[in-house]
Amino acid sequence: MNGWQIHDGVAVALAAENVDTDQLIPARFMSTPRSQGYGQFLLHDMRQDDPDHVLNHATATVLVARRNFGSGSSREAAVYALRDFGIRAVFAPSFGDIFSGNAVNNGLLPARLSDEKIEALLSDLAGGPADVRIDLVAGTARIAGRDARFELDPVSLEKLKNGWDDIDLTAQHSGAIDAFFDARKSRHGWIMPAG
Amino acid sequence: MTTPRTLFEKLWSAHAVVRRDDGNTLLWVDRHLVHEGSHHAFAKLKTRGQKVARPGLTFAVVDHYAPTRAGVVDPDVARMIKTLGDNARAHDVTLFDLKDPEQGIVHVIGPELGLTLPGLQVNCGDSHTSTHGAFGALAFGVGATEVAHILATQTVWQAQPRTMRITVGGALGAGVTAKDLALHWIAKLGADGARGHAIEYAGAVIRGLSMQGRMTLCNLSIEGGARLGLIAPDEVTFDYLEGRRFAPKGADLARAVDDWAALKSDADAEFEREEYIDAADIAPTVTWGTSPEEALPISATIPDPAASAPGKSAAIRASLDYMGLTPGTPINSIPIDQVFIGSCTNGRIEDLRMAAKVLAGRRARVPGLISPGSAKVKRQAEAEGLALIFTEAGLEWANSGCSMCVGMNGDEVLAGKRCASSTNRNFKGRQGRGARTHLMSPAMVAAAAVTGHLTDVRPLLEGRL
Repeated sequence: MNGWQIHDGVAVALAAENVDTDQLIPARFMSTPRSQGYGQFLLHDMRQDDPDHVLNHATATVLVARRNFGSGSSREAAVYALRDFGIRAVFAPSFGDIFSGNAVNNGLLPARLSDEKIEALLSDLAGGPADVRIDLVAGTARIAGRDARFELDPVSLEKLKNGWDDIDLTAQHSGAIDAFFDARKSRHGWIMPAG
Repeated sequence: MTTPRTLFEKLWSAHAVVRRDDGNTLLWVDRHLVHEGSHHAFAKLKTRGQKVARPGLTFAVVDHYAPTRAGVVDPDVARMIKTLGDNARAHDVTLFDLKDPEQGIVHVIGPELGLTLPGLQVNCGDSHTSTHGAFGALAFGVGATEVAHILATQTVWQAQPRTMRITVGGALGAGVTAKDLALHWIAKLGADGARGHAIEYAGAVIRGLSMQGRMTLCNLSIEGGARLGLIAPDEVTFDYLEGRRFAPKGADLARAVDDWAALKSDADAEFEREEYIDAADIAPTVTWGTSPEEALPISATIPDPAASAPGKSAAIRASLDYMGLTPGTPINSIPIDQVFIGSCTNGRIEDLRMAAKVLAGRRARVPGLISPGSAKVKRQAEAEGLALIFTEAGLEWANSGCSMCVGMNGDEVLAGKRCASSTNRNFKGRQGRGARTHLMSPAMVAAAAVTGHLTDVRPLLEGRL
């Protein structure tokens, strides 16, 4: 995963709340190997049921949505679908916790804005896509000419910026991990699976 | 004098290997459960040329794609099941394959086999891992990148959630279950009501729940947005675990129970958030929309979007449009096309017993599928005569798996069909493209089956409890 700091792209409105991961990628597509590309599955049923859906016509890189985006299933495939479609950031008042973690692990920014700001942006974008510029480190975005300061926890910021892989980071702690396990086993003899 | 701590804070500390200045904690994972969906994570491990770090603490089971009915298995389904088996064998991980007598849904067999224990950290690439918190375990779902990390290191990085306690006082009425309690609080607080929090459930009603009821409640924590749900272990927990295959035995068990007895929040511990629910306020509850927060008592009517704030009214309108419902309709008059009983939420033996109490000697007016949560639950239900009650009622008795809760194995609800379901998600397309799902308890599903419409189960349970 590559880190990033500035993104210039195109924002579109997805004026719905509770856009869950089952909608982001219906379960029937999840046996597909990632190498085939998951972008085709993004919001598949919503897009197919509505030929005029904005994502059927625009080359979007940023979504603006209502509360509780990415709630539900832990399927990381929902993030793969967004990333493979070309989405780099989602702006919403709130996100599912597991989705947020998955997003950051794949270079996708889950940026929080107030309900009021989101509603204003949805109005701005009602007419169609608009230019967006995101400055990750500054924590700011300019969407359809409107400035916004978004919320993101510092851990997620560092990961997105640096493109870190946690497995590499954790390798430096391997001694501490082994020592922890040994101490845990000796203190609680019952923790290993019996039988 | 040390600062009083919550159960969650004790569990978090006990698993913290490294705490970074930025608040991220590296947590030790005592049990890692994997299913067919782990193929992305195993592929990542292969790319890196790594092996599973602690295969003895990793357990694999076929559930999401498990075929539940006889017939030709779809090649994609067969491939997913084979891939899990291949990965388990390549990494020396214990596998509960399709034909294994201990196969079942991961969140049913973990507890059933005693893999889940108080004080352990349990992770799985599945959001309903919160189920295992019913035992006083630190249990939460993770994504594929984190699954790969756990496979490679037996640890996971996490930001510490905030603490929250939901205290449930009073008493649940007859025919009102843990499922109704869960849907009630999610409707009250919202599908993101507990976002970023670890919930501890407490109070007289929680103490009075069986382990199975506690699992249903903790399972649905994620539907209210919580990172995890927890219940302090007690005698009910210890009794449940005795004799389970992977649970400690003899002197080990005695030492374990000593440790487990300390797993509770200190009397003066402070929670960052507190909610109180009076169980007397809870009626049998059903969902009418496409989010678990869109739930109401069975006696209510379908809400009117015109009576809500603009943003909310658009959401209600979209839900009603998808569900094919009209504002003002009494919920207990809504006809259904089919029923489903099963899932990690409500596929355990007590769930099937409750459904059987309603169905005994009655005929279902609509078709339906019952998929037990595990092969063991299936055998037990057959031995107790429950399976016969179901088939005599005209319902189909299938094998165990995630089945029609998520439709990955081909058990789907067809477009436009309305299903009364004991599962956990009423999302658009969850049970199949265009499927209309109403969530409720297994008893309420059984009541809907015998009447052909959503209905209050309580009159149908009179003299049967």
